[in-house]
Amino acid sequence: MFFRMIKGALFRQKSKMILIAVTIALGASLATAMLNIMLDVGDKVNQELKAYGANITVVPKENSVLSELYSLDEKEETAAAHLKEDDLGKIKTIFWGFNIIDFTPFVNTYAKLPNGESVKLTGTWFNHHLALNTGEELDAGIHSLRSWWDVKNGRWIDEQGDSADDNSAMIGVALAEKLGVSTGDKLEVKTSKGSKALNITGVYDAGGDEDEQIFTTLKTAQELSDTTGLIDSIEVSALTTPDNELARKAATKGPGSLSPADYETWYCTAYVSSICYQIQEAIPDSVASPVRQVAESEGTILDKTQLLMILITILSLFGSALGISNLVTASVMERSNEIGLLKAIGARDYRISGIVLTEIIITAVVGGVAGYFMGYGFAQIIGQTVFGSAIEMKPMVIPVVAVLIIIVTLVGSIPAIRMLLRLRPAEVLHGR
Amino acid sequence: MSLLEIKNVSKIYGPLKALDGVDLTVENGEWLAIMGPSGSGKSTMMNIIGCMDKPSLGEVILDGADIAKESNKKLTEIRRDKIGLIFQQFHLINYLTALENVMVSQYYHSMPDEKEAMEALSRVGLADRAKHLPSQLSGGEQQRVCIARALINHPEIVLADEPTGNLDEANENIVIDIFKQLHRQGTTLIVVTHDPEVAEVAQRTVVLEHGRLVKEIINENFEE
Repeated sequence: MFFRMIKGALFRQKSKMILIAVTIALGASLATAMLNIMLDVGDKVNQELKAYGANITVVPKENSVLSELYSLDEKEETAAAHLKEDDLGKIKTIFWGFNIIDFTPFVNTYAKLPNGESVKLTGTWFNHHLALNTGEELDAGIHSLRSWWDVKNGRWIDEQGDSADDNSAMIGVALAEKLGVSTGDKLEVKTSKGSKALNITGVYDAGGDEDEQIFTTLKTAQELSDTTGLIDSIEVSALTTPDNELARKAATKGPGSLSPADYETWYCTAYVSSICYQIQEAIPDSVASPVRQVAESEGTILDKTQLLMILITILSLFGSALGISNLVTASVMERSNEIGLLKAIGARDYRISGIVLTEIIITAVVGGVAGYFMGYGFAQIIGQTVFGSAIEMKPMVIPVVAVLIIIVTLVGSIPAIRMLLRLRPAEVLHGR
Repeated sequence: MSLLEIKNVSKIYGPLKALDGVDLTVENGEWLAIMGPSGSGKSTMMNIIGCMDKPSLGEVILDGADIAKESNKKLTEIRRDKIGLIFQQFHLINYLTALENVMVSQYYHSMPDEKEAMEALSRVGLADRAKHLPSQLSGGEQQRVCIARALINHPEIVLADEPTGNLDEANENIVIDIFKQLHRQGTTLIVVTHDPEVAEVAQRTVVLEHGRLVKEIINENFEE
């Protein structure tokens, strides 16, 4: 009989129940969308922030110590120690290798131009194709790490299209104007180790010191500095988790200061410091350091964005609870005769409350399921509109939304249940 | 011992005395009509006898227990086990069929039994309307469903509040015939009405005015 009553109430009062289900669905959809975005926004914001460059730099340990001790002037000194080019692929083999989204090596040298001026010449990857031992393939280089460069004329060097022997180079806009050269011109450069005629494929505007430099392929720069197979530094762009107390402690006092349990937690979390540590483990005699400004900005933006999402989720659930409360109370008021009658014929309060709550929870489940899929749609719309990509739906959101909806529904039903318990059959059946 | 004894019962709402020192005794198997104009205290009396309200003063002894002193939980049990209620407005649950409306009463009393509920509907001539919703039934049919619901648990007292108030003459006669049948079977009937035609078929009639019992009429021509 219980289920016949529930069935009757649900199916023969469809419009009322649909209204409650729609309210619950709206709350559930907002919660689903916001929670999924909140959980995915870290990756999205990180990807957006990657447009501002690398967040980790790797240099030889020896250079790092010398640089710290004597504040060496780059223009006067060339790198005393080098990293091995062959070790580059190891960056993707670390525990958080999946979070390494781009990296590029640099070889720096100073070259004399025909007018006698000395300029910084940097060899690097532009869109270098890497086939790793793990089977993973990726294109790495400064094309994506310097996405803000404005190529005024010409084009980016295409390592996969141009010949490695082309001696292709890109020149900064300030230097190009000073020398009166442009795309398609040849530029003679000479170092103590040799000379080359560079083919200018593009002129870029970086908006800084790099506008006074020449960028060429790694191979060309290595030949000009006689450092074949060696590199000076690496820039790495990694997806990181915002720092917390644990990460700050590891960064300032060193991982050795952590307890074994804390060390494990720190090592297995994508903090920028733990990724640096793992890069140092993978590349011998290297020092990996976070670019603090970028790392801290990421953390701040992420924290604020996630706080905003949590507030929106709480507000939407609060609104939903109010809506449910109003609708359920209105429903109980409308059914006061029926409830009075049930009390009159001997139904105890808990049995009537049980029926009303079961109806509402079934409606909440239907509304919640519909809301989840609506939320999926909302999340994708927001993802495409704001980030230009889909939001990944996290399975953990399903139980969280389910629990939230049940809580919101039960809390929203409290005023109605209190009213129901106060109803006296004599008042509703005989008006006294 | 009488089935129901009301001793000096008053019900006071602020300055208003809805019942004022009422004394009344109802014997087992008796058919009593309570008459009176609007505002005379009939519904208050019905609520108190039906254990839906408590008196402000006095005693209401039903089957040996003073319901004025019982808890709300106990009153619910008494309503469930001893009283069958019939309402002027029928108060059927609109999303349940006639049969299910009868079974609801069984459900809160003991166990729903579809066969027994069907027999109750047959007794009031509604077997063929069992699967209909209240909105698909006439006023008379709805009242008969209400009667079947009141009788399904074999109550000691059937309390009817203006049972023919919303019915035409033909349906009124059907309801009165059902009451006669119930009386013959030994059911105690208390019918609140303002209709003299309904009151005059009862064994005894008491008249309420301004909360007081002012008259008692024994029906000399009562047909057993």
